[in-house]
Amino acid sequence: MSVYLLRRLLQSVLVMLAMSVIVFVGVFAIGDPVEILISPDADQMERERAIKALGLDLPLWMQYLSFLGNALRGDLGRSFVFNEPALQLILQRMPATLELALGATIMALIIGLPLGLYAGLKPKSPLSSTIMAGSILGFSLPTFWVGLMLIMVFAVQLGWLPSTGRGPTVEVLGMRWSFLTWDGLRHLAMPALNLALFKISLVIRLTRAGVRETMLMDYVKFARAKGLSPARVTYVHVFKNILIPVVTVVGLELGSTIAFSVVTESVFAWPGMGKLIIDSINVLDRPVIVAYLMMIVLMFITINLLVDLAYSALDPRVRLENK
Amino acid sequence: MKIGTKAAILAAVSAFAVGAAGPAKAQNLTMAVGAQITSLDPHYHALSPNFAVATMIFDTLTQFDADARMEPGLAESWKVVSPTAWEFKLRPNVRFHNGNPFTAEDVAFTIGRVPQVPNSPSSYAIYTRAIERVEVVDPLTVRFHTRSPYPVLPNDLAQVAILDRETHDQASTDDFNSGKVAIGTGPFRYVDFRSGERLRLERNEEYWGDKAHWNAVDYRVVVNDSARTAGVLAGDVDFIDQVPTSDITALKRDERVKLAEKDGLRIIFLALDHLHPEGSPQITDKDGKPLGKNPLLDVRVRRALSMAIDRQAIASRVMEGAAKPAGQFLPEGAFGHVPGLDAPKADPEAAKKLLAEAGYPDGFRITLSGPNDRYMNDGRIVQAIGQMWTRIGIRTTVDAQPWTAFISRAGRQELSAFLVGWGTASGEASSPLRSLVASYNRDKGFGFSNRGRYANPAMDAKLEAALAELDDGKREALLQEATTIAMQDVGIIPIHIQKNLWAMRPTLTHESRADELTRAQDVRPVAAR
Repeated sequence: MSVYLLRRLLQSVLVMLAMSVIVFVGVFAIGDPVEILISPDADQMERERAIKALGLDLPLWMQYLSFLGNALRGDLGRSFVFNEPALQLILQRMPATLELALGATIMALIIGLPLGLYAGLKPKSPLSSTIMAGSILGFSLPTFWVGLMLIMVFAVQLGWLPSTGRGPTVEVLGMRWSFLTWDGLRHLAMPALNLALFKISLVIRLTRAGVRETMLMDYVKFARAKGLSPARVTYVHVFKNILIPVVTVVGLELGSTIAFSVVTESVFAWPGMGKLIIDSINVLDRPVIVAYLMMIVLMFITINLLVDLAYSALDPRVRLENK
Repeated sequence: MKIGTKAAILAAVSAFAVGAAGPAKAQNLTMAVGAQITSLDPHYHALSPNFAVATMIFDTLTQFDADARMEPGLAESWKVVSPTAWEFKLRPNVRFHNGNPFTAEDVAFTIGRVPQVPNSPSSYAIYTRAIERVEVVDPLTVRFHTRSPYPVLPNDLAQVAILDRETHDQASTDDFNSGKVAIGTGPFRYVDFRSGERLRLERNEEYWGDKAHWNAVDYRVVVNDSARTAGVLAGDVDFIDQVPTSDITALKRDERVKLAEKDGLRIIFLALDHLHPEGSPQITDKDGKPLGKNPLLDVRVRRALSMAIDRQAIASRVMEGAAKPAGQFLPEGAFGHVPGLDAPKADPEAAKKLLAEAGYPDGFRITLSGPNDRYMNDGRIVQAIGQMWTRIGIRTTVDAQPWTAFISRAGRQELSAFLVGWGTASGEASSPLRSLVASYNRDKGFGFSNRGRYANPAMDAKLEAALAELDDGKREALLQEATTIAMQDVGIIPIHIQKNLWAMRPTLTHESRADELTRAQDVRPVAAR
């Protein structure tokens, strides 16, 4: 187990190093941050000062080495734009993204699992066909468009929900969370649903496929023959076995939701990390881009690890050492 | 279980759905702006959204009214006392939000701090650089000594927010962002700031000028255009800026909102490559072979390119009326505007003749570049111009890119023709002349944004004379002459001047500003007027 963890850790360090090199070179290739940040009223002297102030006067490899040196001491640099430590900027925005991603995932499970179960158990019923057709819509409609439609219907036409932004927050554990207030929940509803739509469809499809496959298994037949109640067969024997693919996919999806909820966050003006990264890319705020992507890599590695651990808990046949 | 599931779904849905947006309280104002605020430190990052916020919390010595005319701010009056000295009389009995009195010492401190802000990506020092020394004559009189005669000092000082020496000595940018020292003399006091999300303000009851109407202001950043429009339609926000032109027609018909517009100071224009005499990087003959020379250096070609453009069509169709065709940098009424120098009329036939005269009867191939995420409808304007040029025989490839990629290429002189914009916040012609068409010269600080490297010594001479002329009448005449030279030589091809658009609840009224700033003190209820 510990050898396995160590190897994972080493891998992740290598991936993060590679990532930082790619981002450094990438931002350098896209353009010159000073050209974007500097006031048009400026002159050549001011430009030279700004280049120096941001440390962009050194050759790229020297900039990279000094970044690495600082990173080893836990300092990922200061944002060019905000003059705040990049890591702190990202961490400030994290609770907003986390609650959005978790809200979406919970919605996906609460809505997707029962619907998928139903569609799997009664594949012939008209309701099942409707559910499956709906899930295709959920897959194929672009998030951007759905978000705008949600706003048009629920905020502009019906006036039930606030159109954009995050509601009032409550400070817990030094972070600001909005899901603890009623108004906060109302602000959370639409973006979370928007983000969840794709996931709901995914969970429905996975669950249905799993149920249909498992229902034909010998152990299910045996359980039935033993005279167990249909409920017990469904919820204990079938359900537990279909959870493995669902957990894998939902876990990975959670990661990509946290990392890439950019579209939803910008449509709903949700002040999370996705919006931060897109804003930072727009002004080539390299310290923030590097810090963000490195954090995301770390997060994916962690989530993969947790998924593997969950496997071994759900399926006794899986042993991590054997991998 | 089936029932249980349904109930769970219902509960989940209704938990989110119930309850409607309550009407905003009459004394509170919620605004949504399209541009990011990067810092509350008024000297950290010279950027117009930051400055808009600064003018709510802080004041400047001089300031611009809605029509970009200069008016007194914290200084009551100013005059030239010698060719290199300006004397400013300060407003008495002004107090900072924490009660400290405002005096000449604070002005001296502010001028000293501006160039010292660490890590600034774009410093306000460009507005204080002309000042060599600040002399405090008495608590309400201050003298600025400049290195050379500097007529635009009052214009420059309108960009510099005045801080309190006692409060802001050693204050860092972080201290401003955290609100600890976000203390000025302005019409609003700081309440709360979430970077990238919102700024909350309350009225400064002790303000020296017209008090703001609002007890509390919620100033939100909503970058997405559709989301901002939806916000004001849904009534979540009372006021938005940067209304997308595609929404104008729908919003005009909608009773829930009304629009405010104002002729702006931002000109959209084309810059042309003047740097490469032996052949511009993106120009070839009809067969794709190099021309061996740069046709853009011939004024007849430049004139033809300008005459080929139907500015009226762009203003009415692409911009849906939110632009005025332009023939020079500044709109009517601005300092240095040349009366009668109007937008060239579209005349494709005459343009073709000019091209033939210049030796290009069959035209040539060119790439026209531009941003697609920076100015109103920029990508579509570039496309429209590309078609107009193709019509006179210049086969134009259109290349619209995100601003980050585009501007870096333009700055490296890799482009032959490209669209950019220029906002003249000071409403005064020396700013665009100096940055956009003056010959690139590091020592003089000329031509910083002259990315096409246009150069015209006759224009430079007029401009330099204007920059040293303290008499306003003579200076304006010199600026007009410089502008006329640059425009007749087609140093740039002006397209149009944007109109600024805001949308708000019908119960509000807005003193719309030419300089695009969106500020809470400019919004009032209709009845309060």
